[in-house]
Amino acid sequence: MSAVLLVSVLRDPAAAPPLSSADWTRLFAAARAERLLGTLAHRLAGLPVPDRVAAILADARFDAATERRQALWEADRARVALAGLPDVRIVLLKGTAYVAAGLAAGTGRSIGDLDILVARDRLDDVEAALLVAGWEWVKPDPYDDIYYRRWMHELPPLIHRDRDRMIDVHHTILPLTARPSPDAAAMIRDAIVLEDGLFILSPEDRLCHAAAHMLADGGLEGGLRNLWDIHCLCAEASETQEDFYPRLFERAAGHGLTVAVWRALRLAHHLYGTPVRSQIGTDFRLRWSDRLFIARLMSRDGWGREGRWLLGQGFYIRSHLLRMPPMMLARHLWTKWRRGYRPLG
Amino acid sequence: MRHSLTLRVGPALFRIGSAWASPIAQLRRLYADYPQGPGEGAGAATATGAGRGAGTGTETWSGTGTGEGDIADFTVRLQPVKPWRRWLRPSIFIAGDHMLADAAPMALAHGLLAAEMGMNLQMALGWRRHLLLHAATVEKDGFAVILSGESGSGKSTLAALLGERGWRLMGDEFALLDLATGMLAPFPRLVSLKNQSVDAVRAVVGEDRLGPLMAATAKGDIRHLVPRPDAVRKMDTQAKPILLLFPHFGCNTCNATARPMDAAETFVRLTQASTNYVALGESGFRALTGLVASVPAAAIDYGSGEDGIAIVETLLREARQ
Repeated sequence: MSAVLLVSVLRDPAAAPPLSSADWTRLFAAARAERLLGTLAHRLAGLPVPDRVAAILADARFDAATERRQALWEADRARVALAGLPDVRIVLLKGTAYVAAGLAAGTGRSIGDLDILVARDRLDDVEAALLVAGWEWVKPDPYDDIYYRRWMHELPPLIHRDRDRMIDVHHTILPLTARPSPDAAAMIRDAIVLEDGLFILSPEDRLCHAAAHMLADGGLEGGLRNLWDIHCLCAEASETQEDFYPRLFERAAGHGLTVAVWRALRLAHHLYGTPVRSQIGTDFRLRWSDRLFIARLMSRDGWGREGRWLLGQGFYIRSHLLRMPPMMLARHLWTKWRRGYRPLG
Repeated sequence: MRHSLTLRVGPALFRIGSAWASPIAQLRRLYADYPQGPGEGAGAATATGAGRGAGTGTETWSGTGTGEGDIADFTVRLQPVKPWRRWLRPSIFIAGDHMLADAAPMALAHGLLAAEMGMNLQMALGWRRHLLLHAATVEKDGFAVILSGESGSGKSTLAALLGERGWRLMGDEFALLDLATGMLAPFPRLVSLKNQSVDAVRAVVGEDRLGPLMAATAKGDIRHLVPRPDAVRKMDTQAKPILLLFPHFGCNTCNATARPMDAAETFVRLTQASTNYVALGESGFRALTGLVASVPAAAIDYGSGEDGIAIVETLLREARQ
């Protein structure tokens, strides 16, 4: 599996074994499929590589710079659109937050949609202001729309009519139907203001969100990238903040995310060598179940294909069980089935 | 994947994998004179460390390949739409580094076309080292003429015919404009001929250099033409653009005409004809404005291949004066 190669080069590019042409090709296919090529390109910057490799890496860094610029521009457009609501804190999430704050996790990162977090009781105002500023609904199906508004942690996605870019407006970080219910109000209260008046989450909440996003929501798609975020966030925060880990565990407990955060740290430590130290003697040895997560994370082959079909299906089912109770899931799947939706096989 | 090869066309190196043998066998045959490698695994001899210093590896190339390892810029996969569709009513999904989630599945009989579309898709969405224009390019005496137009405008046919009449075919799909020098790099992949143009070109080149007939594709009946050996041999030789033409085939009754095009219209048309103009940002803007400011442009209408060739020859003569 070429994911193993990708992880080892990301972890320590200078120590990577000599790569053949075929290795490089497989590495690039896996990195592109995992949306980690820009990150890889920055990790390899300055190291001696063959000319053809250098050209591919330079292109990847160029594209990452473009995505960074576009992400910051979208954040700025949202800031302007919501300027009429001065008492609403606009908290940037994920990739946009990392590049806006100049964090290591943002270096070379691919960034798709703009994700923001706002207080739930101000959602209507935020949505109205965005609609006035040119964002439009993209989910035409009334069932989907109601489903989002009643059960999800975000508004139905909106796309800007001129720039064709999507914004996800969150009011918390996990679906309301999921078992943990993180304290979104505390996250917004403790957020850190940036120069332009936008906010980012505190270091501990950033990690809680990244772990929840990766392990308590979804089927681990793009997991290696999400885990790389977690690695960078931990490494950077623990370097400047000696008590980062104790504070992180305290915060995670408050959000009901101890299990997800702990697992995220074990996986990141095992795969990327994240420096996890804790004064409270936390055990970072892998559990049996971690092996399943690692097998799933490492399923990308040298052609960029996802292998281990059965394991992927298992995680797909898990993602739905995490998201909602069984009876509700049955009703939801029945409704979607009648409307012609079929899961991808 | 079960069947694969690596293949270089101009500056771009592709690794193409397929669940079926036939598309790869057809590529091998039609691209026989191009630098080729074995694809997956076998013969990968270049040993270069990420952190241990670069080295030049041994070659595993046939054809005219020289000096480079077979590190692919892009991977293309021809894979079954569903696992069982490898055998049962085989159906190809075009995948790879860059792909379209809603791409229509294709019949195995159109496998060669699927591979070509896969390679084009990688270039269109992923190439950053040149400004890409959806255009054919032909060269004479070091001067290149760009023929830009949508599918069905006749640019491929006209370029193919010029390629048999003393011009060098640099490419029928993408013109590659160097971002720094403004020179054009060749991308002489197989020429895709559709419907009536198949017969028009076969009448000139004969059967030997034509690929299999793929009937009733989404774009009609298609056959591929292998460019002349000199076009393949000189696929690393750049040329200076001297003329920009927007051909339109189909004016049966009138005489061939040329309408000069001003810089503003040319610029807007070319931004629409480029697949990576937006992605390249400022450098793409500079390259395109540089081209439009230095090269005259015209829209041409013609009703026969001969008329088309004649008008291009005439306009080239004028441009060189």
